[in-house]
Amino acid sequence: MKIVKLHRKLSSVLKLSLALFFSFSLSLSAQDKPSDEQVKAGKALFNMHCASCHKLDKKSTGPALSGVAERRDMDWLKAWIKNNNKLRASGDADAKAIYEEYGGVAMSVFEFLSDEQIEDIIAYTTVGDVKKAGAATAVQAVEAESTPSQVLPMIATVVVTLVLLALIGWVFLKSNNGFLKIVSTIVLVFLGVYFGFTALMSVGVDEGYQPVQPIAFSHKIHAGDNKIDCQYCHSSAKHSKTSGIPSVNVCMNCHKNISEVADDTKIDTKGKAYLDKEIQKVYEAAGWDSENLKYTGETKPVKWVRIHNLPDFAYFNHSQHVTVAGVKCQKCHGPVEEMDELYQYAPLTMGWCIECHKETEVNIAGNGYYKKIHEQLSQKYGVDKVTIAQLGGKECGKCHY
Amino acid sequence: MASNKKYWKSVEELNENSSIVASLEQNEFNEGQSPESFLGDKETLEASSTTRRDFLKYVGFTTAAASLAACEGPVIKSIPYVVKPEEVTPGIANYYASTIADGFDFANVLVKTKEGRPVFILPNKEAKGTTNARVNASVLSLYDSLRLRGPKVKGNTASWSDVNSKITAQLEQLSNAGEKIVFLTGTMASPSTDALIADFSKKYNNVSHVVYDAVSESAALDAFEEAYGERALPNYNLSEAKTIVSIGADFLGDWQGGGFEAAYAAGRDVKAGKFSRHIQFEANYSLTGANADKRVVLKPSEQAFALINLYNAITGQNLTSKKTPGDAAIKQAAAQLKKAGSKAVVVTGIQDKNAQLIALAINNYLNSEILDTTNVKYVRGGNDAEVAGLVKELKAGKVGALITYNTNPVYTLANAADFKAGLAKTKLTVGFSSKEDETLSEMQYALATPSYLEAWGDVKITANQYSLTQPTIKPLFDTKQFQDCLLAWTGSSVSYYDYLTSFAKSTILNGGSWNKALHDGFALVNASALTGNSIDVSAAAKALKGNTKTGEFELTLYSSVALGDGQQANNPWLQELPDPLTRASWDNYLLISQADANTLGFTNPVQDNGAINGQYATITVNGATIENVPVLIQPGQAQGTLALSYGYGKTKAMKKEMLVGVNAYAVAFGGSQIASVTNAGGEHLFACEQLQHTIAGRHDILKETSLHEYTHGKVEEWNARPEVSLKHQEVDVTTVDLWEDQDRSIGHHFNLSIDLTSCTGCGSCVIACHSENNVPVVGKHEVRVGRDMHWLRIDRYYTSEGDATLETKKSNTAPTTHDNAGFYESLETVESVNPQVAFQPIMCQHCNHAPCETVCPVAATSHGRQGQNQMAYNRCVGTRYCANNCPYRVRRFNWFKYNSNDEFDFHMNDDFGKMVLNPDVVVRSRGVMEKCSMCIQMTQKTILDAKKEGRPVDVNEFTTACSSACATGSIKFGDINNPEDEVTALRKDKRAYRLLEFIGTDNNVVYQTKIRNTNEA
Repeated sequence: MKIVKLHRKLSSVLKLSLALFFSFSLSLSAQDKPSDEQVKAGKALFNMHCASCHKLDKKSTGPALSGVAERRDMDWLKAWIKNNNKLRASGDADAKAIYEEYGGVAMSVFEFLSDEQIEDIIAYTTVGDVKKAGAATAVQAVEAESTPSQVLPMIATVVVTLVLLALIGWVFLKSNNGFLKIVSTIVLVFLGVYFGFTALMSVGVDEGYQPVQPIAFSHKIHAGDNKIDCQYCHSSAKHSKTSGIPSVNVCMNCHKNISEVADDTKIDTKGKAYLDKEIQKVYEAAGWDSENLKYTGETKPVKWVRIHNLPDFAYFNHSQHVTVAGVKCQKCHGPVEEMDELYQYAPLTMGWCIECHKETEVNIAGNGYYKKIHEQLSQKYGVDKVTIAQLGGKECGKCHY
Repeated sequence: MASNKKYWKSVEELNENSSIVASLEQNEFNEGQSPESFLGDKETLEASSTTRRDFLKYVGFTTAAASLAACEGPVIKSIPYVVKPEEVTPGIANYYASTIADGFDFANVLVKTKEGRPVFILPNKEAKGTTNARVNASVLSLYDSLRLRGPKVKGNTASWSDVNSKITAQLEQLSNAGEKIVFLTGTMASPSTDALIADFSKKYNNVSHVVYDAVSESAALDAFEEAYGERALPNYNLSEAKTIVSIGADFLGDWQGGGFEAAYAAGRDVKAGKFSRHIQFEANYSLTGANADKRVVLKPSEQAFALINLYNAITGQNLTSKKTPGDAAIKQAAAQLKKAGSKAVVVTGIQDKNAQLIALAINNYLNSEILDTTNVKYVRGGNDAEVAGLVKELKAGKVGALITYNTNPVYTLANAADFKAGLAKTKLTVGFSSKEDETLSEMQYALATPSYLEAWGDVKITANQYSLTQPTIKPLFDTKQFQDCLLAWTGSSVSYYDYLTSFAKSTILNGGSWNKALHDGFALVNASALTGNSIDVSAAAKALKGNTKTGEFELTLYSSVALGDGQQANNPWLQELPDPLTRASWDNYLLISQADANTLGFTNPVQDNGAINGQYATITVNGATIENVPVLIQPGQAQGTLALSYGYGKTKAMKKEMLVGVNAYAVAFGGSQIASVTNAGGEHLFACEQLQHTIAGRHDILKETSLHEYTHGKVEEWNARPEVSLKHQEVDVTTVDLWEDQDRSIGHHFNLSIDLTSCTGCGSCVIACHSENNVPVVGKHEVRVGRDMHWLRIDRYYTSEGDATLETKKSNTAPTTHDNAGFYESLETVESVNPQVAFQPIMCQHCNHAPCETVCPVAATSHGRQGQNQMAYNRCVGTRYCANNCPYRVRRFNWFKYNSNDEFDFHMNDDFGKMVLNPDVVVRSRGVMEKCSMCIQMTQKTILDAKKEGRPVDVNEFTTACSSACATGSIKFGDINNPEDEVTALRKDKRAYRLLEFIGTDNNVVYQTKIRNTNEA
């Protein structure tokens, strides 16, 4: 992890200096351009109406729009944007050509846009986003690797242990006091058993396991900032025992049009350039030719590293927990929406499962299956709400078969 | 009264003085074995270069290495689809209706697939499909790693386009030269393939199509064709039958394609108020004989005469015949047939057209409604005369091109040498098969076909049902369907799928929806009754008499329940499936009667580990000899007869362990098979589960009564509840309980009911259990030493006719000395000549008061509230206390790691075979105990489905692998807390009893007392 963190630091420094450089150079050339208000309004309109099919600097469903004002006449643009069908029907050669070039997909009609609004949009496409980069100075400082509050107790523990060991050593080597020797032996045995047991119990418990993934996918950007529902991608979770790692075509549902990180995306450590490359990996996997906007058929499945590894002998079913019980994903997977890189949040030990089964009450709301059983059980145990354990969720055979 | 019957599991057990039996009764687990017997022989041990010190060093190193390696967890990759198919959700099973038609087994099935791989075969109940053991196991044959992986030309791999163009060119050349082009196929029963062959014969000249069944029903087909004008097999509605007389027909086995067991069981349902009387005349003990109410032992030659005698007795005619020892029984049978009138039926398995004609004539005379000539069967189509003619022509070099499909004549023909010689003289030989089998390895072109689970197809199993086969997995290898090649050779560019859809739509479905037919797996079509011609019975009887020869030994060749005709011989599940009667696996053997064995000096000594040994025989039929045939003494085998099963002794495309048995086809000449036998000595080691489990004096483990007793007798007599003494009073055992009983009235409480009347012993459930629960295959040696892993086994008990107890019999037998002669005499006269057989499926009984649970030191086995005795494998430390304390011997110990272990080179040791594993059930590792879980993964799935849909579980919605596979409905599973579940009533049925109820284990498996219709009038 240290190497990764160092790399992040370096890249953020680089990014900062680059950003500063560009902001200067642009501010020099930014003369006799439209007013800031116009650009701002244009940007809002662009994001609202155009961004799903157009990018400034890249082809998407439609052509790249940066500098479109230089290529086309403003009146033609207005006519095209308002109703491109009409323009084509009128026999305009340019309109037809661009229609053909983009595979005969007709652009939506925007007759509700006023001329001023269109001018604003065009103004925005002319100026572009680059100005925003100047604000990149706001990139947060990388947090310290470990704060003093964590280090101090650790040092204290080490010191105490060393002193204790030295004492015991002294007792055994130098002292003639039999009582002390016995006490020391007992202390040693207890310590040995305690540490030995803890060490053995942690074998195979991979809490915090955070492997490096082939694509630096950020749950924070997707689930956190963009608030994409977990089950949009992990759609199997509600039906199946596995939550399902989304197939690449699910990524492409959005990434067909999102070929690079939007600049209002909050990026903590990795730079935009880095993440843009990661999106390219998705294209590579899906066999998407982002130049010609079509699938090549040459796919390369992504080999994700599995983080949550339950042993074979434990059966776990997502749909039981997600659909039937209505458990939030975060309950077991932690604050995924804040994780840039995913890690194993829960220990996934049997004790951890059982604890929850003991405490959690069965979610019977509107479920015909539980109606009778729950009534009878709550009577039997004399409780209002029956826990999962009381329902039989603690039996070995329910998960081990 | 049932409890008076003596049940026994092997001939040895009847020997009062056998020390082996005594020690086995005492020692279920054979602790008295010498270490050498399981460690290997002493010489090997002494010759080993590993000293004790070295051994300790190795142990130390491996322990250290293992603990070090365990510190770092492996990195597990997860690779999702690039484009996920819409219908696939990882973890959710998809089911496809399909049809198996491999030339021997035909069935409508449902294929369960997980993540695009078939993992389980179920019967398609909507299409009235039933599955036998081989159909259930066919899913594993799909993953056979020794399948042919692509087309080969003279042993070298080739490309399909190359092969097709070469063959087309050669065919054109041969056709123009006027040479004969012959298709030799197994029975396909595929209307579209027949149409394709017809198209083919339009393009090429001189094309003929010969159908060949390895296990032939040609006689029955010839007879039916003569009597009804269509080459088909009659159907039998056994569910309506009142009297069934079978002369040598194993109709619960593979006779005429099998598939009669469901109807047979439906006709023997005491609840429904009907119970047919079934009389069986046969030489070797078949599955049908085992289920019969009355079994009469007759040699094959005597069967022919008995059939004529039966005809005479019914019609009052006097056709010339001969007397047989079964004549008294024949008379009685005739009377019962006449009494049943149109509800009576006679079937015969005699491979003679005349015998089949006589049987048809009897049924016609009786106006039998059971004989169905409308919905006839097409599952066999072979023509022995045409096959013989073809072999002759081949040998004479008169055939220009031979194209084989779905058949393996080099393995299955008795005159395979002629066939092979003929192949050398044929200009073009093309073989289609999924294996590079005995035939394909002799062909110029060996073309790889897909399994039925990877292919399209249509099948007409019976006249009124058109069934479809659809792929359930992308082809594993570079295979092409026979039909696709036919299309290519006729110059057509359409695929077989397109051809099939348009063919079905235009000629069969009659405007019906293709999609619906594909979804259901079948479509009903109209079938019209065939009109019969008159049968010249006297001529037939005369001819039959002339054809019937007698000799010192008459040999019956039969298809074994496990392997059938042998095309799935490389399937370890089937190899390890014990024969229902002999309980031997991994072998075929010559069955012989005790009397003949005595004469020829054959014995089956029981070893101290419970296994049995035998000697080898050399048998000769018509000059053809098979050497080294192990001999097994079969109680109930007719004296002067022998039996040997097909399917074994295959040599090509077989794993080493599967190279077992002898090829019985080498002596399959058809007609009367007169054999001579000599004792070749030697020692053969059987993998037989016979004596490992003796009945140990618990004679009421199997309850049986007569229909008369059931209807007229007192329940307390024929199904007496065990009593125990409480305060010097005999009280019902269920009223006494040493345990604190738990309340099981809330939620589900699972019970399994097994009807011993309708259990035919077919073994379908055993394979289904293997398939569902990832039960490992352990191999011949391990079975022999009693380490088989079957979670579900079907125990076979012999019982002696009548109510005689052992004591009375002993006093009746003249010699009181216990010398061998006297002992065998007693066996011959009373018991082993023709004992009755009862089957009893045994799995974990899921005791509510389980003895195994209390002795587990680590609480690895515990009880669930739903009645299941649960087994947490990961908790088990392998003390085996539980198995020792189990009264039912159902716990299985993993003595070895059976997966990814070259010592056990079965399906779990190769990447293809592993694809059959059920992902919902863990593969157990070495050193843990396992057993039937009552398919807890299936009950949990059912419950989860109900929860997800927010509804209570439906009536009879719970199933297990065995209950869903059972064709006769003998095994029923359900929730006894649901009053409407079938099993709730079954548990309280007056036939219900539980095993060893007197020990008070309160089992959740109930058995229904076996009923036999002993009504002689």
